[in-house]
Amino acid sequence: MIALTPEQAAADATAAILADFTGGPHRGVIVDSPPGAGKTTLVVTAAMTLAGSGERLMIVAQTNEQVDDLTDKLASKAPGLSIGRLHSDGFTVPSRVTRHPGVTASNKIDQVEACTVVIATADKWAYVSERTWPWAIVDEAYQMRSDKLLAIAALFDRALFVGDPGQLDPFSVVDTERWAGLAWDPMQSAVAVIGRLNDLPVHRLPVSWRLPASAAPLVSEAFYPFAPFRSGTAAADRELKLATAGFPVAWDRTLNEAAATGWALHELPNRHTIRTDAEAVQACAGLATRLLQRGAVAHDENDTHPVSPDRIAIGCAHNDQVAAIRAAGVPAGITVDTANRLQGREYDVTIVLHPLSGRRDATAFHLESGRLCVLTSRHRHACIVVARAGIAELLDNHPSTGRVQLNVPVKFPDGWEANHAVLAHLSDHRVQA
Amino acid sequence: MSVISAYARALAVQTGRAQPVATVRHVHLSATPMVFIPLKLAGEAAAPLAALVGTDPANPRLLVVPQPRNRDLRFAFMAELADVMLPYVESFAGVTETVEAKTPYERSSDAPQLLVPNRGGIAFTKLLGRSTRFRRADGPYPVHPSVPVLGQWLTFLAERAEYAGSSALVAMTEALALHWATGQSPMEDANLATQLAWIAPPAGQNGPEAALAAEDPLTSPPAGPETHPDFDGQVLDHAIRAYETSSSPAQVREALRTQLEPTWTLMWQAVRLLRELPEAATVDARWAKDRDQFTRETARLADGGFPRGRIDGAVSAAIRLADLESALQTYEAQRAFDDPLVMAEHRVAGKAFSGEVVAVDATRRIVPPGKTRAAPRPLVTIRTSDPVRLSPGKRLSSSRNRKQKTEIVSIAGDLVVIQINDQMGRGSTPAPGSVPEVGEIVCYAELDPSGGQRPRLPSGEDTPWTHGGPPTPYVPTDEDAQEAWS
Amino acid sequence: MTRLDTLRGPAAPLDHNARTIAALAVNPGCDRRALLDAAGIDKQKTATHLGYPAPFGQSPFAITRAKSFDALVKANGCAHLLRLLRHTLGLSISEASYSDISDVGGNDNHQVRHTRTRALLKRAATDGEGAGTLFDHPLLKLGVAGHQVYLEPAIIAFQIEGRFHVVEIKSFAVIDDQADAGQVAAAARQSAVYVHALRALFASEGLDPDRVSHDVVLVCPKDFANHPTATLLDVRQQLAALDRQLSRLTRIDRILDELPVGITFDIETQSPDEPSKAVSTVDARFAPECLSSCEMALFCRAEARDSGSTDMLGRTARDELGGVESIPTALGLADGSRSASPEQTEIAEQLRYVRRIYTEAVA
Ligand code: SF4
Repeated sequence: MIALTPEQAAADATAAILADFTGGPHRGVIVDSPPGAGKTTLVVTAAMTLAGSGERLMIVAQTNEQVDDLTDKLASKAPGLSIGRLHSDGFTVPSRVTRHPGVTASNKIDQVEACTVVIATADKWAYVSERTWPWAIVDEAYQMRSDKLLAIAALFDRALFVGDPGQLDPFSVVDTERWAGLAWDPMQSAVAVIGRLNDLPVHRLPVSWRLPASAAPLVSEAFYPFAPFRSGTAAADRELKLATAGFPVAWDRTLNEAAATGWALHELPNRHTIRTDAEAVQACAGLATRLLQRGAVAHDENDTHPVSPDRIAIGCAHNDQVAAIRAAGVPAGITVDTANRLQGREYDVTIVLHPLSGRRDATAFHLESGRLCVLTSRHRHACIVVARAGIAELLDNHPSTGRVQLNVPVKFPDGWEANHAVLAHLSDHRVQA
Repeated sequence: MSVISAYARALAVQTGRAQPVATVRHVHLSATPMVFIPLKLAGEAAAPLAALVGTDPANPRLLVVPQPRNRDLRFAFMAELADVMLPYVESFAGVTETVEAKTPYERSSDAPQLLVPNRGGIAFTKLLGRSTRFRRADGPYPVHPSVPVLGQWLTFLAERAEYAGSSALVAMTEALALHWATGQSPMEDANLATQLAWIAPPAGQNGPEAALAAEDPLTSPPAGPETHPDFDGQVLDHAIRAYETSSSPAQVREALRTQLEPTWTLMWQAVRLLRELPEAATVDARWAKDRDQFTRETARLADGGFPRGRIDGAVSAAIRLADLESALQTYEAQRAFDDPLVMAEHRVAGKAFSGEVVAVDATRRIVPPGKTRAAPRPLVTIRTSDPVRLSPGKRLSSSRNRKQKTEIVSIAGDLVVIQINDQMGRGSTPAPGSVPEVGEIVCYAELDPSGGQRPRLPSGEDTPWTHGGPPTPYVPTDEDAQEAWS
Repeated sequence: MTRLDTLRGPAAPLDHNARTIAALAVNPGCDRRALLDAAGIDKQKTATHLGYPAPFGQSPFAITRAKSFDALVKANGCAHLLRLLRHTLGLSISEASYSDISDVGGNDNHQVRHTRTRALLKRAATDGEGAGTLFDHPLLKLGVAGHQVYLEPAIIAFQIEGRFHVVEIKSFAVIDDQADAGQVAAAARQSAVYVHALRALFASEGLDPDRVSHDVVLVCPKDFANHPTATLLDVRQQLAALDRQLSRLTRIDRILDELPVGITFDIETQSPDEPSKAVSTVDARFAPECLSSCEMALFCRAEARDSGSTDMLGRTARDELGGVESIPTALGLADGSRSASPEQTEIAEQLRYVRRIYTEAVA
């Protein structure tokens, strides 16, 4: 058997998806897309293909940011296409969208419905009625709660559902056990519900263009055990260089390790701390600062560029940690956010405050595999994890007495196992602070 | 749990007495609540064994099933329970008041309130409702006509209990935990006897001593619905056998009375303790929601409404989820705005802050995004010593006007600047009093008492293909009515 | 005599069973429990001897109910069960037979029964002869911390299309297709032990362990009736957790190494005081959850209370208190009567703030 190149594999997958979507017998097609596998490109290609054959379509994304990104990309790729950006009252559409002459932005559906493509968030679409589109593309469908899809499903005949199954599941603050096991449990993701109630084809994008060769195998194995993918680039295609040599201190050694191998575990001494552990917070902010000071340069298959602040992100589990890290003095332009908000984004280097750092007991929240998956799969070059020692023991001491509901499909991977897998890998890149 | 309640628990250990985690009462307490302490037979899904029930502390009604495995005796028990509960529930149906709304409507002036000892009591109430609401008074296994009606009401109450802030069916341990932190763990607080021992230990004892004593199953039998295994083996088993030979339920009744009466006393003690707390400002508004729902259910049943189906369809599940979320959001905000001690939890978490207004730019006008004309958008600067963990753009509310929308503009050191967005009158400058003044102590929080908007959803008949298409609406069947209860 | 035997004293070691093995996962961080279990010590008796009898038990009604349901499902050569497997799960079993392995010519010696189990299952797996056969009361064996443990035969192994399924019969109700999530989880952990042991048996016989399915058939009473219903339960996650627990049991040696020499928990020849002291020398990791899962709970809770440990307030409270181990310390840091170690500066600052606004709000 001749092994396909990543380009061929990806092209084959895309062709099969488009054929199934536009020509297949099903009302829906599901596409599982691992981190950085060209989900947006697929959405744009599918939209252009449909528009090219004179079809009208609607596109649904989950946040305004995602909608604006998609609009910008689609308009850049297809300048002649008429695109309607439907938004809510009081929302300011950013210039990266309004700069395109083909884009009409409005908060009224009548103003944009004549456009070939209309894009809006699921929340906004829920207020549109008495109109239908023959085609829809639902982006980030795994982040979309089933009840949101219910609100808009009458608007389209057929739809392509695209999303990353490894990210965070939809969430509710209320007790939802009442519906556990029902195929239409409103707490599931949109993909889960359509998948359970309809026999739909599921495709998979096989190549991550974002994750470097150093990261794809780990992320694939730990978080996508039944849907493996590979990196689109070889180890030699990506290089992270630090212009200055640095000092033999922990921060610099951590950066060196990350630059050389794509991973680093910046390990602080074992201790139980409050959530906003000052040392860990300081380390996150400090590592980001040092990275800029040392003039990191990223070389990849496209170009060579300095790692500027907008190419760096610090991710953590909780909002108070975000606030604490921001307060600790992070250079302007660097993104600091929670895993929830980093979903779908991409950077050259990420610094992650490990969700279990300093904790004595793990909770379901901390163990959710999607959280760690998001945090460890945003980078093109390197990911630095800041953590207190002792997480492996903490995981081992975790009582596995979780609740099990009948008829609820088991979710893989299990957060506990995924955490172990990531930790085992990181232990080879440990730098003790 | 927050660090405030963890601290209060630690303090309770040190002082030997439960410590407050609320300064006002957040649950509604009816003038005539009905206390209901049900027991079930161990090992069975929903076999009622006994109940102590009533509205008069001095006069509880003891109901027992002398042989819990006998189906006829169970239904007799349910009929007896209906005999106590239905007159109580229905007594509220007649008296109404007119609610001044866009379309004025009638609402019951008061509504039934059922108090059970713990979460288990709510779950069992739900199961009793589930096992009786489909029954019929005719057909192969007829039951007393009151039984299915009781089943409908128990179902209604149990479903209300899912909504945050509802007081229609209250688990006493949870009501107490809303107001006091004991020196034991939340898990142990599910034991009414030990929880009360910490809150109000008997004279001459401190909390931990009293709680330890209250763990003795002989003096403090479990508050149900499970009975103590030793009681089952050493007392109940014999009593049931005695009934089998003598047909006299006396021994079973006596045995179960000993298990239920101590909890009865505790329940009313808890009611007294809660009554001593002043009622929080929004309790009435939430109780009005309970009364609304009670009024609707009364009308629905009067119209011969079907018993609720076993499961929710896709649309009704989505609607309920939205309503549950909205109720919780409103409740959390209201509770915090009603009670500085609850607000303290949000302040510690960095989601709220309190401080003095040090500067006000009341005349500021800007063109808000998406608008074309300038409108008043005053800026208020507040000095706070709270660890604010909010970022610019976050929407806030305040107890000084819960409807007013504000947002954070900037945070620098201990100074927070907020912008006021509405509720300032129609004039070109803000109406007097609508904007805080310098020197005022204010508290703002990222809490939204409005509860958000319910998404627009299709009707059940229009359930789309993505969610399995329209479900067949629930119509009671003979099979449902004859479901085995063995 | 091994050290574990010395620890136990003259009492006979308690056998592990699927339930006790599954319980290893309940508080895996606790050395005390790990050691008591590894030494086969009767925790129930020990706790009673120390003056802290276990706070839970089983009602005779529940036991009777479980037995009668089990008997009902297995009655008439498992007629009910076969019906369920055919209809509810859509399995196409044309003919099925029933084979009771406990019946070894009146010999209920474990080794004999186990050998027979192996032989029967192997034959069924290799020549397909046992296809469609229900095997009742198989006796399985599993290595736990270096000991061979027999697993009590509360299950049925069932082969269809070359795959073996474990059937677990439980008497909690499935009402409107839902059951108590805690009880389902316990059943899943327990079934995982059987799947694991069955797979180990297959592997040792040179058969493909994956022929033992991770989908367990859970049989429970339906709604309020006595009538059984079956649900497939995927136990992959429980299997993974079990694998890890079993591989970690070697750490018993580490715990033993830290113990004073000559120490024993023997309750038969010592007064309560001595084993009490001995038990206290082994680290515990008390959490209120122990109260429903470990026989030693009241002893450990009393110990936690005596030492003013934040553990007694629950895991969340302890985490909120920044991992400070003792309540007096936490309160001392809060009111400033205790100075903070460098490690405690942050939590101390937070506690002082909490104390201030708490006091303000309560006043
Ligand atoms: S009760 Fe004691 S011995 Fe048992 S698990 Fe808990 S801490 Fe360990």
